[in-house]
Amino acid sequence: MDNLLNGLVLFLNFVVVPATSYGAQLALGALGVNLIFGVLRFSNFAHGDTMAFGTMLTILGTWALQSAGFSLGFLPTALAALPLGIAGTILFCLAADRLVYAHYRRQKAAPVVFMMASMGVMFILNGVVRIVIGPNERNFADGERFLVTAQQFKDATGLLEGVTIRTSQALTLAVAVLAVLALFLFLQRTRTGAAMRAFSDNETLALLCGVSPKVVIRTTWIIAATLMTVAGVLYGLDKSFRPFTYFQILLPIFAAAIVGGFGRPVGAIIGGFIVAFSEIALTYAYRKVVLYFLPGSDMGDSLLQLVPTDYKFSISFVILVVILIIAPTGILKAKSSS
Amino acid sequence: MSYLNGSKMCGGYNGVQILNGCSISVDRGQVVVIVGPNGAGKSTAMKALLGIVPLTTGDVALDGKSLGGMDPQSRVNRGIAFVPQTDNIFPTMTVLENLKMGAYLRRDDIGASIEEVFETFPILRTKRGDLGRTLSGGQRQQLAVGRALMSQPTVLMLDEPTAGVSPNVAADLLRQIVALKERGLAVLMVEQNARQALEIADVGYVLVLGENRFTGSGQDLLADHEVRRSFLGG
Repeated sequence: MDNLLNGLVLFLNFVVVPATSYGAQLALGALGVNLIFGVLRFSNFAHGDTMAFGTMLTILGTWALQSAGFSLGFLPTALAALPLGIAGTILFCLAADRLVYAHYRRQKAAPVVFMMASMGVMFILNGVVRIVIGPNERNFADGERFLVTAQQFKDATGLLEGVTIRTSQALTLAVAVLAVLALFLFLQRTRTGAAMRAFSDNETLALLCGVSPKVVIRTTWIIAATLMTVAGVLYGLDKSFRPFTYFQILLPIFAAAIVGGFGRPVGAIIGGFIVAFSEIALTYAYRKVVLYFLPGSDMGDSLLQLVPTDYKFSISFVILVVILIIAPTGILKAKSSS
Repeated sequence: MSYLNGSKMCGGYNGVQILNGCSISVDRGQVVVIVGPNGAGKSTAMKALLGIVPLTTGDVALDGKSLGGMDPQSRVNRGIAFVPQTDNIFPTMTVLENLKMGAYLRRDDIGASIEEVFETFPILRTKRGDLGRTLSGGQRQQLAVGRALMSQPTVLMLDEPTAGVSPNVAADLLRQIVALKERGLAVLMVEQNARQALEIADVGYVLVLGENRFTGSGQDLLADHEVRRSFLGG
């Protein structure tokens, strides 16, 4: 019995807990991608790098607060700097919209043109972030590192294995839930939220109803910038901040958005967790878990790891390809049309 | 001078002239129907009244005031409601939300208007919580007309409201549209289904190649030998 529990705890600790917080981060990213796709009708390739930009601003704010002796106690100081990061990212997105995307809207350019333009924005951000904060890893998490340590867990349960819950992981989940709730309430309950859904549903008809495209587009960027910064800061607190990883995270985020079906907020959340759980469950080495479940089984030298960690991005890629082949409109849409 | 007046309109898309000086007018309490062969510019004439199609010459006036150069949104604000032929509802929003979007610019209480739409189209009341995309073709058209009414328009323009709808439902829909004119609305309709539409028309316009060919009351046009032979199939 203890063996089973130990195996389960091991699995919880190394797969379920990290995948849940990673899933929440991907979900926030995918929600932003979805929103921009739904209203502005293009795939925003600058998404990952905008997340990096917002996180960079937050880190700069965190450093300033830290050197001023400010602290939030057991919570990371970055939370206090988050509003600054969000505000800066909103300003950047609105500026990018006015300088880049508004031009192509006036030209009534095809979505693929917007997508290529967003790659240009991505490269610019790429450079800006590296010039300001450098390409190296930055760890900006402070406060209490653990909510539950492995030792505390072992002492409390008497098991050999422990579950560690880092503050950043709990924080990720809490903030993600709050952000998603706020977004849904906004979209469902407010006049502007309804206008955004209408605009995304049927642009011509929304205009005939008197919806102002300027307001809808501005609101979309404000919300997307907020989601991007929050997702980026949570990811940075959970792992660490390195500009390049934020570029790489674009792939799992797009996979999550496509799994759920583009333009579907609920889908983005489900997609985020599907991608996160697949990635972590497939790259985890199960040797120890299996030894707990089936003591004495002979596995030779095998770690029982399905995919090496170095190849974790291939998992997002495979998910992306499979979904595009079997259910190109995403799992939710495929379900509703059958 | 009629309430909504498009006079000697010329214009088209991307440099292709479709309207060649046609005139269309509609008064409040009237149902006006535009019929004609394919490519006659029926929908284009309506879209020119709404400002979606730019005019090169000619003018559109509402209640004696020129709308020239005004974009569609400002014309909608002035009391013109338009029901496009297709894609005329919000598919992922509920019936009630669709109606509320129709009243988007209104700041007053819209409860009475919703009730009025439900009375005109009772099926919408039962389907109020359903998503737009789950409705049948006829229900969609009713929702689209209901949505347009929510802005309390003085002019209601319908682009082929009975297209793709079964004959029974189409007859019902036309009857409901006639009921709207009794409330003082000016109703302008483009119809492929000419005979059925002319039956209910106070005034009918037959357009050919972007010009007025025949104008008269619906009954007169139906009785006119030449109109019947050329456009109504005998």
